[in-house]
Amino acid sequence: MAALILAHHQTSPAERLKDAAAVAFIALLLGIPMIGLLTVDQGGALRIATRWPALFAFVAACFVGRLVLRYALDQWRARQLARDQADTPAKEVSLATNPLLNWIGWVALGVSVALPIVFAENRYVVDTATTVLIYVMLGWGLNVVVGLAGLLDLGYVAFYAVGAYTYGLLSTQFGWGFWSALPVAGAITASFGVLLGWPTLRLRGDYLAIVTLGFGEIIRIILVNWTELSGGPNGIASIPRPSFFGLPFKPPGDDPTFASFFGLEYATHQRIVFLYYLILVLALLTNLFVSRMRRLPIGRAWEAMREDEIACKAMGINARNVKLSAFAIGAMLGGFAGVFFAARQGFISPESFTFSESAIILAIVVLGGMGSQLGVVLASLVLVLLPELGRDFAEYRMLLFGAAMILIMIWKPGGILSHREPTLRYFANGGRR
Amino acid sequence: MTAPAPLLSVEHLTMRFGGLLAIDDLSLDVAARKITGVIGPNGAGKTTFFNCLTGFYKPTIGSVRLNHPQRGVLRLEALASHQVARSAQVVRTFQNIRLFPQMTVLENLIVAQHNALQHASRFSLAGLLGLPAYRRAEAAAMAKAVGWLERLKLIEKADTPAGALPYGMQRRIEIARALCVDPLLLCLDEPAAGLNPRESAELNELLKHLSRDEGIAILLIEHDMSVVMNVSDHLCVLNYGRKIAEGTPAQIQKDPNVIKAYLGEEDADEMRADELRADEAIDQEAVR
Repeated sequence: MAALILAHHQTSPAERLKDAAAVAFIALLLGIPMIGLLTVDQGGALRIATRWPALFAFVAACFVGRLVLRYALDQWRARQLARDQADTPAKEVSLATNPLLNWIGWVALGVSVALPIVFAENRYVVDTATTVLIYVMLGWGLNVVVGLAGLLDLGYVAFYAVGAYTYGLLSTQFGWGFWSALPVAGAITASFGVLLGWPTLRLRGDYLAIVTLGFGEIIRIILVNWTELSGGPNGIASIPRPSFFGLPFKPPGDDPTFASFFGLEYATHQRIVFLYYLILVLALLTNLFVSRMRRLPIGRAWEAMREDEIACKAMGINARNVKLSAFAIGAMLGGFAGVFFAARQGFISPESFTFSESAIILAIVVLGGMGSQLGVVLASLVLVLLPELGRDFAEYRMLLFGAAMILIMIWKPGGILSHREPTLRYFANGGRR
Repeated sequence: MTAPAPLLSVEHLTMRFGGLLAIDDLSLDVAARKITGVIGPNGAGKTTFFNCLTGFYKPTIGSVRLNHPQRGVLRLEALASHQVARSAQVVRTFQNIRLFPQMTVLENLIVAQHNALQHASRFSLAGLLGLPAYRRAEAAAMAKAVGWLERLKLIEKADTPAGALPYGMQRRIEIARALCVDPLLLCLDEPAAGLNPRESAELNELLKHLSRDEGIAILLIEHDMSVVMNVSDHLCVLNYGRKIAEGTPAQIQKDPNVIKAYLGEEDADEMRADELRADEAIDQEAVR
């Protein structure tokens, strides 16, 4: 069907009718078992009932819908063609920094800072926003590997898991605090990144994707089966929450707590908001770090590696080091997000680190526009909020989700923001430097 | 009078792919500060030869020695491709242009200076903190890139993605990028392919300028005879992986083996009379 929808040439009314009839025929074939026939339970025995009117309505809807869609697409394409022909000579690659994007970025920052203040009483909103920010941070981390270095990684969730379990184990077994465990977990996940990177140095594209997919599953299966270390499917429970510079978020007791220190009434809400600001700060630091790295030699080497590895070697760039550094830094950022996840949930189990998480994070990066930092934010909003908003649609929500993704990819094949900003310029915004 | 030691000496180089003998016992010297042309019909093994020099292929037999003025004799066949560019300063371009298409022209030239910049950025720490030493290194890299862009008349396009530019310009960008690596020996794989006559003439001037004034040795694979014959100080002709002739352009033009390889046996006989007459003219000119 997709091929039919995307077929190019202009069509005459007769062709359009024929096309719609073909679609209706397919709908009929599919509809007979799915809509036309229905099993009903009659006194314990299954009997087949028919719903021919419903089937007929479905086929008719497909026929009309296809006709309208085809007509609209033709109109749209004709208009676009006319527009293209009108301004082809003046078509220059736009280079000016888009001030709108900067503006959107600042507005997004303002909204995210003000959000818990505005929605102070609404725990659901703050919780959801925290989830969005975790995905933003994961997206920015994976962006280093996939967007900048061009290494397709389908097992990114493994690093998220390693970070979460590192904090889980360090805190429950050895009593480490959040802030001391954070850098250690980062270092450990970075070395896991190198561990994955080494054997995959010679691979690219599909082959690399398969190996990273396998790596993600290996980590998850180890977590399920190595019960002595990870608690197996039961996971790790009662992981301590992060404290505010040593002041825990607890009901008032012997030790000073956040509430008693600041002379506030204790409320669970304080912790929720604190967690929100914590992930906001972590995510912003990640963003600052990644955008600065991008402007450094190593960041440019990542991008060059994505563009042409052979040319990189001919320029004397050590491809191994560049790839491993991308894997290590991407993994480290994923690990930080994992530590935060463990601290926020207080409970982790292998269930949280399945392949579908990897797929969502990758979808965020691809949908946002490879390498675009702001694109990741927009895509995380779409990908986390859509299923949330779709809760009313119950079992259809994943369908809605899929449809939204397909639509975005049709409209914006390069991602929501596919514009690439150069890392340095000779002409400062059009004028001579 | 003894000739100065060659910059690069290739000895008994042989490259075998399974049953195919791509290069067969090739020996060749490349002089410093000179332009050495490598010509031959399609499939003669010219690009394979470049790949062996620059570490992309490991030759089956043979050695490639480079007399580096600071680092002594380097065995190129034992180095990885990035080390050939980094330590031996032998830099190549590609027959099918290999730029970083989405990056701007300026970025392409800065990436070529990666090793110096990466060293200055101290594992990216000095770079992250924006320390003055790193800023100076970055400014120097920028100045070098801008210098080459100005000389190759590319400066107007500095901020344009390299992939969006016309073919002839992309060829020049690839040369500019290679020059940013500070080559001792520049290996150009068909730099004139796809250029119009005016661009070819400009390329001639550039290559002469680089070898005479910048002291860069150039190894040139080229089909465009107006370029090769004009700029080469020395020529080497390959056919089926073997060296069939070597000498100055004038010598090569009248070499019967070369004529045979390019024109085939029968044509060569017919052409011989014409060629001899033409050669006499060249010789007389040389005497004068």
